[in-house]
Amino acid sequence: MKDKRCTEEEAVAELSSGMTIGIGGWGSRRKPMSVVRALLRSDVDDLTVISWGGPDVGLLCAAGKVKRLVYAFVSLDSIPLEPHFRAARQSGAVEDEPYDEGMFLLGLQAAAWRVPFLPTRVGLGSDILRDNDHLRMVASPFDDGEELVAVPALTMDAAFVHMNRTDARGNGQYLGPDPYMDDLFLGAATKRFLSAEKIIPTEDLSTEGPPQSLLISRLLVDGVIEAPNGAHFTSCDPDYPRDEAFQKAYAASAKSPEAWAEFREAWLQLSEADYQAKLRVHQ
Amino acid sequence: MTGQLDGLIARADVCVVAMAECFRGDGEILANPIGTIPMIGGRLARATFEPDLAMTDGEARLIANDEAFEWPRGKVVEHFNPYRQMFGWVWNGRRHVVMGGTQIDQYGNQNFAAIGDYARPKVQLLGYRGAPGNTINDTTSYWVPNHTPAVLCATVDTVCGVGYDRAAALGEQAARFHEIRFVVTNLAVLDFETPDHRLRLRSVHPGVTADEVQAATGFELVVPDDVPTSRLPTPDELDLIATVIDPTGQRLKEVPG
Repeated sequence: MKDKRCTEEEAVAELSSGMTIGIGGWGSRRKPMSVVRALLRSDVDDLTVISWGGPDVGLLCAAGKVKRLVYAFVSLDSIPLEPHFRAARQSGAVEDEPYDEGMFLLGLQAAAWRVPFLPTRVGLGSDILRDNDHLRMVASPFDDGEELVAVPALTMDAAFVHMNRTDARGNGQYLGPDPYMDDLFLGAATKRFLSAEKIIPTEDLSTEGPPQSLLISRLLVDGVIEAPNGAHFTSCDPDYPRDEAFQKAYAASAKSPEAWAEFREAWLQLSEADYQAKLRVHQ
Repeated sequence: MTGQLDGLIARADVCVVAMAECFRGDGEILANPIGTIPMIGGRLARATFEPDLAMTDGEARLIANDEAFEWPRGKVVEHFNPYRQMFGWVWNGRRHVVMGGTQIDQYGNQNFAAIGDYARPKVQLLGYRGAPGNTINDTTSYWVPNHTPAVLCATVDTVCGVGYDRAAALGEQAARFHEIRFVVTNLAVLDFETPDHRLRLRSVHPGVTADEVQAATGFELVVPDDVPTSRLPTPDELDLIATVIDPTGQRLKEVPG
């Protein structure tokens, strides 16, 4: 039996500059932040990042790790506009590949199903066809002849998602309100990593939640990371809510290069264990 | 209660009723009003004249509660409705969404992605979100809490939500599900019931004149000879809003006065 357990550092060591990576969760909810922090400590850069964007995207932009951004929105939820993402866009620091949210789902699904595209009505008449040169038109081969938009498969070199529970083999379980699209990210990726609040024995998964909470199958997972409080400062319901005070401090760090340097030194230039220990002192 | 002293009706309550009216005739569909007053308005429609509407808790459930927020007595859950299911409703044609917009033009094209040249925006906003898919698949209305010429503007910098001129250019087949019903603002209700689907002043809120609405709009509105006043809430509606749907008065924070 494979032992898939690894650390954030070991997962990030599988990456190299120029790769395309996907990050699960949604906005500022259930993001694999301990992995994002490990990525920020690494020398990997020039990344194409695919995400339902939140502070994962903002942090990677602020740290200069992003070459290209593939997204439908970037938001901190309680703070609607992500300040570091805005700064990166407004300074022209990142290439932009925008999608409609539904298109984004189809692109992930196409990748997970190994087809080059999926067709949709979404996008017709809007400027997304002007702003995303990866989109194409496709005609229905049937008698209706309808002209539709072809959304390309969003394949990726690696994907990272965060769950509430998992077993050591990567059977991942979400206990919060929404699965988001985490299973599709793993299906779309070559290297697939799942972090979780707690690694528990397989036989205990069914006492934590119903079968339909078992979103991720081990068939989709190469590496399993135990990361208690690993989604901090995003929410990981029901284990913990978003740390709104911390998120505010994070957002304020976009005000000036000095503020960012200060935030970075205080919270990003330390190991995950030290980060978590420092948080406990501050709370 | 704030704003209702001296027999005056709060502007927020007029806006709530106008939002509710967006859903009149919709029957059994998912009413998905996004924003404080839209959510209250949707609840009001369901609690009164559109009882078959389905509505979310703002997250992953459809709930039967009349309260718009917080649900102190718990949620009455009808359906599991995660984000991916929401796209199912949109593409199945079972939804009427109310969105906001940083810019909306006279044909109802909407932008909340970025201000200025998209390639290098002056101000980056949210991104396209779901606007292209919402507008081409289902009925859409808009909520504008601050009606100004910058919002109701001659040209939007990026078309996220598709307007009537763009829909017409697509042709009947592609645009067969497109409908923008109303634009409700803090000053007035507007619709597109004109031969070329240009924005028309449908009603003004009490205390607002048609000239004031035109002055707050960055293009020429179609203004009928007689512009009615927006429908006022009935005493029963006011009671329902203030005691059940929004007892903490969140609507009055979004639209004061």
